[in-house]
Amino acid sequence: MSTNHQTAHRNAKQDPEKPWLNPNAKPFVRFQNVSKQFGDFTAVDSINLDIYKGEMFALVGGSGCGKTTLLRMLAGFLDPSAGKVMIDGTDVNGVPPYERPVNMMFQSYALFPHMTVEKNIAYALKLDKMEKDERKRRIDEALEMVQMSKFAHRKPHQLSGGQRQRVALARALIKRPKVLLLDEPLSALDKKLREATQFELMAIQYKLGITFIFVTHDQEEAMALSSRIAVLDKGQVIQVGTPSEIYEFPNSRFVAEFVGSTNMFEGTVVEDTPNQVVIESASTKGNINVDDVGRYQIGQTVWVNVRPEKIKLSKTKPAKHAGLNVLEGTVSELGYRGNHVIYRVKAASGKIIMVFAQSQNRTEELDITWDDKVFISWEADGCIIVKS
Amino acid sequence: MSDSTNTEAATAPNSGAKKKNFLVRIISNNSKWLMIAPPLYYMVFLFLIPFLLALKISFADSILAVPPFTAIYEYKDDHLLLNLSLLNFQALGHDVVTYKNELIYNFGNLVGWIGGLFSSAPAVVTEVVAPEPSQYLSAFVESLRLATIATIVCLLIGYPVAYAIARAPKSRQNIYIMLVILPFWTSFLLRVYALQGVLRDSGLLNQLLIFMGFIDEPIHILQTSLAVQIGIAYSYAPFMVLPLYATLQKLDPALLEAASDLGSRPFRAFLDVTLPLSMPGVIAGSMLTFIPAMGEYIIPDMLGGPGVQTIGRVLWDTFFNDRDWPMAAAVSIAFLLFLVVPIGIYQYYSIREREA
Ligand SMILES: Nc1ncnc2c1ncn2[C@@H]1O[C@H](COP(=O)(O)OP(=O)(O)OP(=O)(O)O)[C@@H](O)[C@H]1O
Ligand SMILES: [Mg+2]
Repeated sequence: MSTNHQTAHRNAKQDPEKPWLNPNAKPFVRFQNVSKQFGDFTAVDSINLDIYKGEMFALVGGSGCGKTTLLRMLAGFLDPSAGKVMIDGTDVNGVPPYERPVNMMFQSYALFPHMTVEKNIAYALKLDKMEKDERKRRIDEALEMVQMSKFAHRKPHQLSGGQRQRVALARALIKRPKVLLLDEPLSALDKKLREATQFELMAIQYKLGITFIFVTHDQEEAMALSSRIAVLDKGQVIQVGTPSEIYEFPNSRFVAEFVGSTNMFEGTVVEDTPNQVVIESASTKGNINVDDVGRYQIGQTVWVNVRPEKIKLSKTKPAKHAGLNVLEGTVSELGYRGNHVIYRVKAASGKIIMVFAQSQNRTEELDITWDDKVFISWEADGCIIVKS
Repeated sequence: MSDSTNTEAATAPNSGAKKKNFLVRIISNNSKWLMIAPPLYYMVFLFLIPFLLALKISFADSILAVPPFTAIYEYKDDHLLLNLSLLNFQALGHDVVTYKNELIYNFGNLVGWIGGLFSSAPAVVTEVVAPEPSQYLSAFVESLRLATIATIVCLLIGYPVAYAIARAPKSRQNIYIMLVILPFWTSFLLRVYALQGVLRDSGLLNQLLIFMGFIDEPIHILQTSLAVQIGIAYSYAPFMVLPLYATLQKLDPALLEAASDLGSRPFRAFLDVTLPLSMPGVIAGSMLTFIPAMGEYIIPDMLGGPGVQTIGRVLWDTFFNDRDWPMAAAVSIAFLLFLVVPIGIYQYYSIREREA
């Protein structure tokens, strides 16, 4: 399993930038066995999460897996059915939303329809009785940040979806709370604006040290922004880790398939040496070598997970060396994606294998096209085993 | 079929289809008009024509005949003669002056009375003859006062009720709304009659207040304007609750969460979010209560006693007791203008507001 890889990882990186590696660090936000039931439906199922000060923590998972519910419990709109939510070491159960050091950006924006953009953003500051000049400065700064200065005097119904989203973001940010909850903050923005706003968010985070917890459906966004990612499914946390841990060492088929694209080979363990495991799989009609120090039983069913960009494609048979996995197949589909090309190769077993060929190392692959007979190969350390 | 328009002289077997096309064309070309036809007919037959009739009568004179008013035009010697009488409006104008005198007289009395309070010297008694009481304008003002107070009371009672219903679990809201409109299943007259029983000196309300020890002697409510206010507030409360419920129920609960999240306590969030967003309901409910309350006849008649003269009662008396149809028509026209003009101004501004 992936834990061994992670252990290796951890030992290598004992730095203060990663408080979750430090057993003495105090989490700023803590979910302790938190469950939430709606009637007899369990939306959140005994979740444990520790989130540290200054993190950019991403929640990802399919629709309806409980991400919003989790945020709403932290903001104070919902009480957990069981377990404890702690902010800065204190149990916040029963503390009303207006007394929590938390601001939330709603998935539905929840802008006040009778107030202008400016008034919406100013609302929290007005309640705080902030000095007028300072307030004005902050509002202008926030409007500037989301590029909405031009629309300050419009009402929400006169804005486009993306503009509304930016107002909601600015409104949530204005108070500079200790914890900022963002429910799909950038989903309605075009790519350019989204990237610009991502950088802005990172800058704010760096400047103010706010702890961000955000929900996103955009894999790239989760990878690019977050310090760590929690992958949720059916109300449970399946895996928590840094973007690279989640991507390179998923702990289950669910995570591997949810984050990025992957090729999954089901098989049984036939050999388990200290550093290498050999798996026999029907879909490769042969054995797969995997570098893995875990312990397996012979005959155990496992899945080998190979990312498409880890696979090499060639017309000539690659030179055989220890640990190299080689398969033969024919190209059944090909898609040009600008910075890479996606090939779907049909192996002899009939299994479709996805391969990403990066444009920069497209030397030999250039001339590979439909119906070509090709060899696909990957190294034993380019794939990992998951048990479930 | 675009060519059917210019080849109207079609061959025999085709004419059926042509006819149908013709009908379809008429309907589709005028679909906009057909859509608004029902409300248009409603307005024309049930409002505009009666209004014009009343307008016509208001320019006639009262006579002892059937119908009891003079013709305002007649055709004589090949000439169309218009006999427009302005007597009724003159009488109204006179009534306004009377009312003004009455006010000045009352004000003078008040000043004298207050002066008497502060000076030890015996008040200088200035003999002013009491003016004749005004009939129409004072009744109108009394109606205005009663309807305003009743509307405010309805709002104060209706808002919490509507709010509570809108906040109740979805499955129960319909039941509560049914309960609000349940009184409509009994006759209006019957309910007002029942209120007489409740409000009389030996009635339920006094018994209850005495039983709970708030009062020793029954308070005299029936036959006062208080009884009329209670009656109006009771009868029109559902008209306040329903539009309020409709707007409050549409209010997105996430907005209140957002306000709370941004630091607003519940009452502040109510003032900042719920109240402004429910203003359309407040205005609709207030109009639905205020306008019929202004013209209310039955409640003042049954609960108010002879001292409470409202515009509805005065109209009734003018119309049925004095058989002065033209005067009654003139009063109702003036009354209508008085109500319609402010509402028109309000509509104008609210539309402008919405488009801004
Ligand atoms: N008030 C509620 N009553 C009943 N069920 C609810 C309620 N709120 C949420 N749920 C259910 O709980 C589950 C989790 O909902 P949640 O909104 O947290 O999902 P999500 O992960 O945010 O999904 P999405 O990505 O679509 O926003 C869903 O199945 C939803 O139907
Ligand atoms: Mg959600």
